[in-house]
Amino acid sequence: MAIDKDKNGYTFLFSILMVIVVGSGLAAASYGLKPLQDKNLRVKKKMDILGALKIEGVDRKTAEDLYAQYIIEDECIVLDADGNIRDGIVAFDVDIKTQFRNKKLDPADRDFPLYVASIDGSTKYVIPVVGSGLWGPIWGYVAVDEDKSSIYGATFDHKTETPGLGAEIKQPFFYNQYLKEVISVDGEYKKIKVVKDGSGADDFKVDGITGGTITSKGVEEMVDRTIQVYVKYFNK
Amino acid sequence: MSEKIKAPKEPLFSKKNKRLVTEPLDDNNPVTLQVLGICSALAITVSIEQALIMTGAVFFVLGLGNVIISLLRNAIPSRVRIIVQLVVVAALVIIVNEVLKAYLPDPAEKLSVFVGLIITNCIIMGRFEAFAMANKPWPSFLDAVGNTLGYGMVLVIVSVIREIFGSGKFFGYPILGNNIVDPEAGLELTGLYSIGYMNNNFIILAPFALFAVALIIWVQRARNKSLIEEH
Repeated sequence: MAIDKDKNGYTFLFSILMVIVVGSGLAAASYGLKPLQDKNLRVKKKMDILGALKIEGVDRKTAEDLYAQYIIEDECIVLDADGNIRDGIVAFDVDIKTQFRNKKLDPADRDFPLYVASIDGSTKYVIPVVGSGLWGPIWGYVAVDEDKSSIYGATFDHKTETPGLGAEIKQPFFYNQYLKEVISVDGEYKKIKVVKDGSGADDFKVDGITGGTITSKGVEEMVDRTIQVYVKYFNK
Repeated sequence: MSEKIKAPKEPLFSKKNKRLVTEPLDDNNPVTLQVLGICSALAITVSIEQALIMTGAVFFVLGLGNVIISLLRNAIPSRVRIIVQLVVVAALVIIVNEVLKAYLPDPAEKLSVFVGLIITNCIIMGRFEAFAMANKPWPSFLDAVGNTLGYGMVLVIVSVIREIFGSGKFFGYPILGNNIVDPEAGLELTGLYSIGYMNNNFIILAPFALFAVALIIWVQRARNKSLIEEH
């Protein structure tokens, strides 16, 4: 070969060409796949909301239809940290995960979306919650019954918790413990504690997960911090 | 880890090419003999499904990467070859990640960061440097097939053990019975669980994968004494 591959000029040229080719290829892939990925995320969000409402037969194919069937989009609202309604924001478009991670955003300025659903004529409210587990973000949806006090359903999910330990928060045996709880008594907010001593059957207590204490405590914290805001709204 | 660097050969016969595929399955297995790619063997072997998707992703990256590196082998400046290999592997991994998120969102969610970590899978850089830099595209592709199969085989063996004894499931189906008690949903203990059996949580944790891989290495070397290194 005529070209001296060890010359600086050749090395630079090769590197520059490589960066341009690879960079534009990746940009094209990312740009082309973005709409599909966004759609997947929206469907997943709808699946989670429907999951908290204990609706059966929800999968990626049926989620859009079932969501349209049960959720009354016109009544979904966004609250501020004091429980007042914020106008002009679509509840579904609020990304509470990004807001939670945004260190520059004052926690008092976060948005609090509230989804309103109607199941067999009875109104349910779905509250999204987000917090921190041991390794990464955890989140979930808590559905409150028509009386605006008792919990109707709950689901939790996580990004990178340990399988078999913290990751168990997404299992029914854990989140179903919330079903018997109430978030307020006569309008007064009550904290639901995640406990270690096995007294989870008591009121306002659920059993934590063995080996997943920090994740369990993360669930307690995110539910506690978020639900308070909605109780203020429910009392108005 | 030291790795045997193969002398550049001209594989004219299909027999040689065949050996490229079969050798990494047993006598030159990337996981149990070269002890590469252990990190992912720990992380994603809790379920068989994850192990298979990971194997597929690695096959895409290694297969295409080996061919690309092999095609470029005469053009890559030797002083920056490791960086070039890294760029190729990183670009392919990002593409896999984006495609999985777009078309297979559920498995992508389960694998989460581990797809990105294929970049650090030593098998891939190892094959680029040791094989693709010195061989033609076709043998390089076969080398990728062999090494991915060898890698995937170990992942699947480990994940079968971990899924059955750690979660009581096989491919996501509860084969040992139901282990969740939930009176409201009408769930109670059935199968083995009803007579006091419990899942072993240790098997779910990463360290167990090391024991499992070590057991495979032991069995393999007990069967084929020539694999035992001399000191």
